Amino acid sequence: MAVDALTFNIEKGNVYGILGPNGSGKSTTLGMVLNVVNPSSGFFEWFDGNLNTHEALKKVGAIIESPNFYPSMSAEDNLKLVCQIKGVDYSRIDTVLETVNLQDRKKDHFKSYSLGMKQRLAIASALLNDPEILILDEPTNGLDPQGIHQIREIIKKIASEGMTILLASHLLDEVEKVCSHVVVIRNGKKLYAGPVDELNATHGFFELKSEQKDELKSFLSKHEAIESYDEEENDLLKAILSKPYDAQSLNKECFEKGILLTHLVKRKETLEEQFLKLTKNL
Amino acid sequence: MKRLFLIEFHKLKNNRAAKILSLIYFILFSAIALFASIKFNFGSVDFRLADQGIFNFPYIWHFNAYFVAFLKLFLAVVIVSMVSSEYTNRTLKQNLIDGLSKKEFILSKFYGVLGFAIASTLLLFIVSLVLGLIFSDYDEVGIIFSDLEYIFAYFLKLVGFFSMCLFFGILLKRSAFALGFLFLLWIFEGIVQLFVKFQANSLEFIVDFLPLQSMGNLIIEPLTRLGIVKSTASQLNSEFTKTYEVEWLTVLIVLGWSFIFIYSSWKLLQRRDL
Repeated sequence: MAVDALTFNIEKGNVYGILGPNGSGKSTTLGMVLNVVNPSSGFFEWFDGNLNTHEALKKVGAIIESPNFYPSMSAEDNLKLVCQIKGVDYSRIDTVLETVNLQDRKKDHFKSYSLGMKQRLAIASALLNDPEILILDEPTNGLDPQGIHQIREIIKKIASEGMTILLASHLLDEVEKVCSHVVVIRNGKKLYAGPVDELNATHGFFELKSEQKDELKSFLSKHEAIESYDEEENDLLKAILSKPYDAQSLNKECFEKGILLTHLVKRKETLEEQFLKLTKNL
Repeated sequence: MKRLFLIEFHKLKNNRAAKILSLIYFILFSAIALFASIKFNFGSVDFRLADQGIFNFPYIWHFNAYFVAFLKLFLAVVIVSMVSSEYTNRTLKQNLIDGLSKKEFILSKFYGVLGFAIASTLLLFIVSLVLGLIFSDYDEVGIIFSDLEYIFAYFLKLVGFFSMCLFFGILLKRSAFALGFLFLLWIFEGIVQLFVKFQANSLEFIVDFLPLQSMGNLIIEPLTRLGIVKSTASQLNSEFTKTYEVEWLTVLIVLGWSFIFIYSSWKLLQRRDL
């Protein structure tokens, strides 16, 4: 079973990330709501259940996995076909090609495109109907750094225009950079769903280093704001906070106890660390 | 319906292989007609097919419908590949994501099939009409437009056959497999026919219900009806007692098969994950 009792809602105007390791069921979930994978049980609704799936999909823009187009058609003809399927006129073709910067290659056959261009064309195609929601599954998969950058810029641009976006990815910084909300899944089960900030809602941690390591340790274990500490490599101590606390006060207290710090940094856990923590403890 | 047909037409128009094959088909089609009107010189004997009465109205409808139908294999390749390429390019998946339902997808392919069948039937009609007007010994309007049932039978034969190709394309997802399967079915029907003939005579009616056989039954071979053959046969004291009409039961069987193939294609697609 790829997906097991996964439940979440999408609200208009937000940018959602679906996070999960490879094989966690992201694509299967999207496949089900996109009418290409048959669920064995359960249900989903588009737009509060007012439209059946294939009618609803005309108001959605979606790209999944690799870009799929007719190889011997030009970009423009491929987009015309999508227009016919979605029942919209050809007027937006030039606009969307402009958005993804493919205007000057629009007469070329799809098969002559590089992967990055193919992926950009896929995004253009998903934007043709000015969708209510844009679904992107691993849009930067397999691209070179330049291609990744281009795609991200495009996504950011679209997001800033207020479009609802659902972005599935295993690349965390990608999600962290663009998304306001995140759903974390592993083995088809939901681990977390909510705003990105709340996933990050710990108080952060200090990285400390001192010549007087033992004194520092005993100081940390007694400190009221420190939940626990770990020893990292290079004699570095990682002290996790249980409530908000600033580095200045900690430094002062250490100095008063006669502990001289050679290194002190306050940091917040990245989404990646949060994610690894979440997906490990299962 | 118009939307679905236009979608399919857009795909075909921009597919080079489909365009070339269709072109070859329609050129061959016309070439055969020309071929028949050429004079051959066998030593001292001048021989022209057209002079043997094959282009006489209304016989020409029967004759052309029967022989030109063999060319349908060309279009079968086009139809099989227009289905299977949707799988190999994963464009079927993209079509569904873009908002085409599985039913609409099958319907658009079926409209493509109808389009090909109509185009080919129209061409048959026009070519036969022109040849007939040139070579036929009879040119009364009543005679010209009699026996047009063969044109209808030809259309139905194409629809049935192409629907079958469509189904095989959906079922097997690869053109080569689908065409191979078609060939296997042909052999299989041959074996069934032989078996029934020699082992189980009472089951002979089953043969007429087999898909390829029933499509073949739509238009009975016209050669034994030809004057020259008939007269030779009567000289040899053998009489042909054969009906050459298009039979209603056969028409129903082929309609039934066409429906079964299209409906199963839809059901099959519905059950599949893509």
